[in-house]
Amino acid sequence: MKRKIERKDWLLFALIILFALLPAIPGIRENSLTMHVILMIFLMASMSQSWNIVGGYCGQVSFGHSVFFGIGAYGAAMAVVKYGMTPWPGALAGAFLAAGIAVLISWPVFRLSGHYFAIATFAIVEIFNRLFMVWYWVGGAIGLDYSITEQGIVNFVWYQSKVGYYYGALVLLGLVFGVVRWMERHRIGYYLRAVREGQETAEALGVDSTKAKLSAMAVSAFLAALCGAFFAQYNYRVDPPMVMSLDMSMKFVLVTILGGTGTLFGPLVGAAVLVPLQEYSRALLGGLGGGVDLIIFGLLIILVVVKQPKGVVGIFSYLRRRMVERESVGKEND
Amino acid sequence: MIAFLQVLVNGILNGLVYALVATGLSLIWGVMDVINFAHGDYLMVAMYTSFWIGALLGVDPVLSWIVSGAFLFLIGALTYKLIIRYTVGRSAISALLATFGLSMFLKNVCLYLFSPNFRLLSKTVLGGKTIETGGVIFPVPQLVTALSALVVIVLVYYMVKKTRLGWAIQATAMDKEAAELMGIDTERIYLLVFGLGGSCVGIAGGLLPSYLAVHPEVGLLFGLLAFVIVAMGGFGSIPGALFAALMVGLVESFSGFFIAPVFKYVAVFALYLLVVMVRPKGLFGW
Repeated sequence: MKRKIERKDWLLFALIILFALLPAIPGIRENSLTMHVILMIFLMASMSQSWNIVGGYCGQVSFGHSVFFGIGAYGAAMAVVKYGMTPWPGALAGAFLAAGIAVLISWPVFRLSGHYFAIATFAIVEIFNRLFMVWYWVGGAIGLDYSITEQGIVNFVWYQSKVGYYYGALVLLGLVFGVVRWMERHRIGYYLRAVREGQETAEALGVDSTKAKLSAMAVSAFLAALCGAFFAQYNYRVDPPMVMSLDMSMKFVLVTILGGTGTLFGPLVGAAVLVPLQEYSRALLGGLGGGVDLIIFGLLIILVVVKQPKGVVGIFSYLRRRMVERESVGKEND
Repeated sequence: MIAFLQVLVNGILNGLVYALVATGLSLIWGVMDVINFAHGDYLMVAMYTSFWIGALLGVDPVLSWIVSGAFLFLIGALTYKLIIRYTVGRSAISALLATFGLSMFLKNVCLYLFSPNFRLLSKTVLGGKTIETGGVIFPVPQLVTALSALVVIVLVYYMVKKTRLGWAIQATAMDKEAAELMGIDTERIYLLVFGLGGSCVGIAGGLLPSYLAVHPEVGLLFGLLAFVIVAMGGFGSIPGALFAALMVGLVESFSGFFIAPVFKYVAVFALYLLVVMVRPKGLFGW
């Protein structure tokens, strides 16, 4: 089936080219905080986009994605720390494992709805967190620390500069957004949205809602795990509270909600707003001690949720609608 | 046998405290269909209130729960006025995310003001006392807290079921528009319910410092357990919350004693998943 390339595709493509050229601008490559913030935006956007498949397009608000993220992180870290391999097979194994576990867990949990579903996913995160805390094979509460290996793409570690990580995160971003864009345009994407809008109606029209939801979950968990693997590589370590916690799960949801759920660019916009807020408030206020940055961050979250429930993308589409309306009103007056 | 009874007693005593915390959450959930993610942090704030009243003014937690209960009523009402009011009628998670922000705010304000140190009131009226019957030890602070929790739960239940205010609350929970047509000021009911929910957890938090140390993260576990208890008990059902809380308390203490302490919360959360698999709307839900 041949499909027209839409404006969205061009925009996505142009953005990725733009991001790829960004480090060439003098002053950006040298400033490691700037590089850190931008690549964290890529990572956050990819994480939230992976969540968006299930939470946005399919409307199943999961707070359990840090489990899949964590499995990916542990996959990479186990390969490097325990087996002395490169992180690649570990990341891939972690991603498949996460997808498998996601399907196994979600099968029963998808029967729940609303708050019951949300709380079940909380419970799952807590179970995984506590099990990993005492599981000595994966490092227990201490976690896994990377020893120094040769830097480069093979080991996926860099020490002096962040350029390697930058392009790594960009590739991740391209992959995740590409997959979601593909889903958006193909049958599965329509199935997911149909299930979100009304499961009974969708089923009446012949959509196998369980299959649609489970496949969304599997893809979502797979991509979240890849993000986790990147995160472990970037931090040279992994431990349970860092990757498998409610706070981490919340980030997946928050960024997407802030940007706009169920939209292609929502997660990127959300990350572009939230990550700099978080990173710069930490850089500027973190030194005051006692979590001043998090006080501000907490207030901002409240403000954003209260004032802009449809996310930043919602503001844009509202403005565009207003402009279109104004144009048509203008034409009528002519 | 004595060990078994002791574990049973500990489980019930803890369970009753969880039940009071969960009752506050259950009220809010049942009436407004909102999960208050900051509920655990309410408990933390209440514990700090009671702790500082004890440390600075020398008032014992057996009295200062009144203050923390009132203070948390205020905080609950403010939460409604400033945050929740704007999320009513929107998607269910917007309130949850907004209260997640609130949770972050409260936790870090306390961290900033009071440091992450664990603080325990040293000389309390009840502290350290025990009653022993037939080899089973009842620690007095836990006993008093648990019994007070039970009294408050019964009072709240009575209020909801038997008073005119309670009927108004039930009516609002069932059908907001219809309740408004009957002349109920639902806005005021919401405010009141959020305040009452705060008060429940405020009273629990007020009593706890006589045996539990306060620190900024203390509410996290209580909050999580409260979510699980309320969901397990069923949508807004206070008897359900009480029953589920006792189950949680017992599972926690038995698995901690007979399996391993590190697995006790794994067991609790697994129990929750098991229960909702069989009854997706909770034990007493419909």
